[in-house]
Amino acid sequence: MTTDIENPLQGLSPEQVQAIGREFDQLHDEVFEELGDRDAAYIRGIIALHRRLGLLGRVLLLGSSRGPLWLAGTATLSLAKILENMEIGHNVMHGQWDWMNDPVINSSAWDWDSASTAEAWKHSHNYVHHTYTNIRGKDKDLGYEIMRIDPLQKWHPVYLAQPLYNLVLMALFEWGVALHDLDFDAIRAGEKSKSQVKRELKGMAGKAKDQIVKDYVAWPLLSALVMVAAERGAGALDGDKLRSGRRSFRSTLWADVTANIVRNVWAHAIIFCGHFPDQTYTFSQEETSDESRGARYVRQLVGAANIEGGPLFHVISGNLGYQVEHHLYPDMPSTRYGEIAPRVREICERYGLPYNTGPFFRQWGMVQRTIVRLAFPGGKPRPKPGPYRGDEGSRATTPDHDIAPLAASS
Amino acid sequence: MLRAVSAFTSPLLPDDYLELINPLWSTRELRGRIESIERETPDAATVVIRPGYEWRGHQPGQYLRVGVDIDGRRHWRAYSLTSDPGRPDGCITITVKNVDDGKVSPHLVRRGRPGSIVSLGGVEGTFLLPDPLPDKLLFISAGSGVTPIMSMLRSLAHRDALTDVVHLHSARTADEVIFGSELHELRERHPGFRLHEQLTGEMGRLVPTDLDELCPDWRDREAFLSGPGELLDAMTEHWDREGDPGRLHMERFQPIIGGDVEEGEGGTIRFLASDSEGQSDGGTPILVAGENAGVDLPYGCREGICHTCVGELCSGQVRDLRTGKVYGQDGEMVRTCVSAPEGPVEIKL
Repeated sequence: MTTDIENPLQGLSPEQVQAIGREFDQLHDEVFEELGDRDAAYIRGIIALHRRLGLLGRVLLLGSSRGPLWLAGTATLSLAKILENMEIGHNVMHGQWDWMNDPVINSSAWDWDSASTAEAWKHSHNYVHHTYTNIRGKDKDLGYEIMRIDPLQKWHPVYLAQPLYNLVLMALFEWGVALHDLDFDAIRAGEKSKSQVKRELKGMAGKAKDQIVKDYVAWPLLSALVMVAAERGAGALDGDKLRSGRRSFRSTLWADVTANIVRNVWAHAIIFCGHFPDQTYTFSQEETSDESRGARYVRQLVGAANIEGGPLFHVISGNLGYQVEHHLYPDMPSTRYGEIAPRVREICERYGLPYNTGPFFRQWGMVQRTIVRLAFPGGKPRPKPGPYRGDEGSRATTPDHDIAPLAASS
Repeated sequence: MLRAVSAFTSPLLPDDYLELINPLWSTRELRGRIESIERETPDAATVVIRPGYEWRGHQPGQYLRVGVDIDGRRHWRAYSLTSDPGRPDGCITITVKNVDDGKVSPHLVRRGRPGSIVSLGGVEGTFLLPDPLPDKLLFISAGSGVTPIMSMLRSLAHRDALTDVVHLHSARTADEVIFGSELHELRERHPGFRLHEQLTGEMGRLVPTDLDELCPDWRDREAFLSGPGELLDAMTEHWDREGDPGRLHMERFQPIIGGDVEEGEGGTIRFLASDSEGQSDGGTPILVAGENAGVDLPYGCREGICHTCVGELCSGQVRDLRTGKVYGQDGEMVRTCVSAPEGPVEIKL
């Protein structure tokens, strides 16, 4: 292990960087050449699964005043919301499924179950974050403008509170992301016109209203009505029935709050593990000016970190456990990330590049440690794992699910 | 009511859940279910489609855009509707001739299965029977050009209006006459319907000078022509010279997208919703000009079919890149993927 934090690009000759660009381009084209029914059936299947799970969760919660139904309904709804945000919303809005020419499963038409409007999120995430990944001062997802996540960020006393507000952000992640999409820095700097800010605020207010009405008014109210109607058979409307209606409203409301928090904590964890574990590199703006295609691939490669896990883990994390592959090819259908991972590792090994990965709790633990440590002044970049040395002896040997024809050469 | 239900499903629509039960119950896009596929000739088949409840009907002679998913991708093609709009079971039909190296036609003719779902685009076309019906009609068709005419004939038969109709149809052999037996049946049942089949394999092609013999009063008839380009060109010339060109109606088979239309003047496009601007040279569609300028615009088929890309025109005029037609009034919805600005335009997107 080495402690210097030299950009891995430094060790490569210009010819090598160019060759890396060509190899990654080729891998991209190979996969896009192959896309077909299998991929389309997958995303349609996941969308149908989400709708069935969502509906099932909601129906179970109509009886939420009974403990087991509350538990089953909340768990089902949480899972549905996680699928919807991660494997469906995030990936569809990245344009991963635009090649299907489907007017609905399409980045320009999709909207998700989240406080962010599709338009604002696509700008801050697809454009700003994926273009300027891990460039200090340009990638606004590096600490989300409220946290010190890299020792090279200047310390400020407000960061002393970051371990605390990180907990709040975990629970309210979708609202944090929506606010972040507004890009207060850009507004302060006058980069956004007044009409644009107004339009974004209006869009956000609309989404917020829809989200709140759905989860915290409509469904709880329906549970209350169902409960009252169910007991109505036994006589006239009286105080008892009203009380049980009220109880049902409250228990469904809490179920919905819980499901949203579960989804938020999960999304926060997956996303923070994507860029903030110790292995990842950040870059200065000078380093990345005039960046070639190959150099961009290298930055995306070492700026992200994977999370190891089984097939179910990858589905409910929207395949962002393959954050490295996702950052190389943000518009590639997520199902293909696991399949190309061995090819990506093989390229890393040949060029002596790192391939950042680790088990979930280790990656997550590193992120939490960084958040606590960098709340205080100082701090040094963490040691990096160095070049990827092949699958043997490395902890990166999680079996890749779905070994596909593409993996044959590895 | 629908709004109230939407409060429970936002950002999805109630029908996103209903379509789990029946894919035709979608308001996001019009769909149809293939009920059966009936072979007409060795390489043509009629596809019977039950359209979703939002289907608004068609007029005989019009065509329909059909979207089919092949290898995960949606492909769109235009096919003449061959059914009588008054068909009692509410189904519609298209009749597809297999093109061996084609993408969509082999899928429908050779591999299509009852029960599969297709997307339906808008009904279009101005190749229509006049209202009121003229006393004397002449239909000239060749090959699969018979398809829009079949819808007209079926509709006329249904209305008992096959009173003085001549139909000259060309095909290479008797086996290749699409709707052959149905045409013969029409002839049996309607004395006012006269059919001439030109089997070009033995008899050679139908040429304009044959008309005087096959249908001596052709000049007095409202004529409808559908078939390959050479036939249309030859007949147009003939009517121009010897008849009344105003009485000749025709269907250039398979509307051409991005054909030889001369380019327009282009202009600046102002995208009002995103407060940005794009530039088109007259051949570049508004959609592409916007994307080039970094505007995030909705799109679907990119061929003027699915209407995903429509935006409200707020000022200026656009040119339809398929036909060259310049049009546009304020408030009109235009398809950005097949329209270029003709001078400066503003669009609410």
